[in-house]
Amino acid sequence: MATRAALLAAALLLTACATGPNANPHDPLEPFNRSVYGFNDAVDRAVIKPVATAYRDALPSPVRTGVSNFFNNLQDLWSFVNNTLQLKAEGAGNSIVRFGVNSVFGLGGLIDIATEMRIERHPEDFGQTLGRWGVGAGPYLVVPFLGSSTLRDTAALPVDLKGNVVSQIDDVPVRNSATVLNLVNRRSELLDASRMLDEVALDPYTFTRDAYLQRRRNQVYDGNPPDDDQAVPTSDTTVQ
Amino acid sequence: MKRRFLLSSLPLIGFVLLGLNGGSVWAADEAPDALIQRMTKESIDLIQSDKGVQAGDVTRIGQLLDQKIMPNLDFARMTASAVGPAWRQATPEQRTRLQVEFKTLLVRTYAGALSQAKNLTFSIKPMRYAPDDKEVIVRTLIQGRGDPVQLDYRLEKTPGDGAGWKVFNLNVLGVWLVDTYRSQFSQEINAKGIDGLIAALAERNKSNAAGDTKASKG
Repeated sequence: MATRAALLAAALLLTACATGPNANPHDPLEPFNRSVYGFNDAVDRAVIKPVATAYRDALPSPVRTGVSNFFNNLQDLWSFVNNTLQLKAEGAGNSIVRFGVNSVFGLGGLIDIATEMRIERHPEDFGQTLGRWGVGAGPYLVVPFLGSSTLRDTAALPVDLKGNVVSQIDDVPVRNSATVLNLVNRRSELLDASRMLDEVALDPYTFTRDAYLQRRRNQVYDGNPPDDDQAVPTSDTTVQ
Repeated sequence: MKRRFLLSSLPLIGFVLLGLNGGSVWAADEAPDALIQRMTKESIDLIQSDKGVQAGDVTRIGQLLDQKIMPNLDFARMTASAVGPAWRQATPEQRTRLQVEFKTLLVRTYAGALSQAKNLTFSIKPMRYAPDDKEVIVRTLIQGRGDPVQLDYRLEKTPGDGAGWKVFNLNVLGVWLVDTYRSQFSQEINAKGIDGLIAALAERNKSNAAGDTKASKG
């Protein structure tokens, strides 16, 4: 597979230029990642978080739920494509039915009727599709503005962006407004969680990285990843 | 979804731990999934009836933890596992301090979380385990606002009769709690030793407590 070869080449290249003598084998790009993380954090504190806070305070909860539902509905369509690519019949069926029901009966996706009908969401993106077919995650990578990712998922990003209905809108101001609205709304959902991260993490960078990598792996395996030495505490760390 | 941080999982960790609230008496042969089932139900009832918990009252949540949750957790094992190989070199006094500080840090996670836990329902996924299994995973799904949340518990069978099963790791949305602390702990230990880790935890707890008194709004 050409994609796979290209990913591998890119991985080797990136690894080669960033690996130092003290490199963490689980995070070979750590020095680079930390500086991007610092940049993202500064941007977040200066601009994104204040905007998201203002957004949350200004709009009543039902309106914000409607915004979330609307973008989730568009995402369900892309999940349908990726479930199909992964040969996941149930996920594909649920995703397309959800999209149909919510678009038609839920005022274009503003109301999430499908969840009320107990049709579960099965979110899948192109990075997960690659993972499903055996493409390894590659090193952890922090992307400017977007945050935690891996080499594989960053390579999949252009495809995911193309698959996002919002990016297909021809009218530039409308497209940009929709993109900003989506991002601000997502960030507003995470305000409590990010405050908590500041409080419970000894090192927010490491905390975010370890949690992200575990969660991403879990998504690729649909909540049922095989055991590995990361997930199972070994007996020699047990008391007595 | 991709870039939706696992951050969104943090608030639920608190709920999970509250899920460990068991009664003081339990049958020796209670199955692990039955145990989680009962605990989750009791804790949902508790959350919904306790005003202090809903307001995110840290002191109140600390009380609940001590009385009801801690007996059902193998907290020594959780701490040991998060600390890693250095645990074996730690003195008994250091071990105690690590547990105390780690627990305080985790209580922090619950406080904000529990106030958000409203209108929850849950389901337990079918599990299979052999009678002689020493460790099992119980998987549950919590449905509140928004997407359902995957919560898994790793339990061990404690030796002897009547002691039953104890939880030693929790998974929220695919993230094992203890594992998420492991690298951070080993960073501190490598840089400043076990006492350095204890100091870092204590410092974090102190600044959290200071933040509480400064801005104690609901």
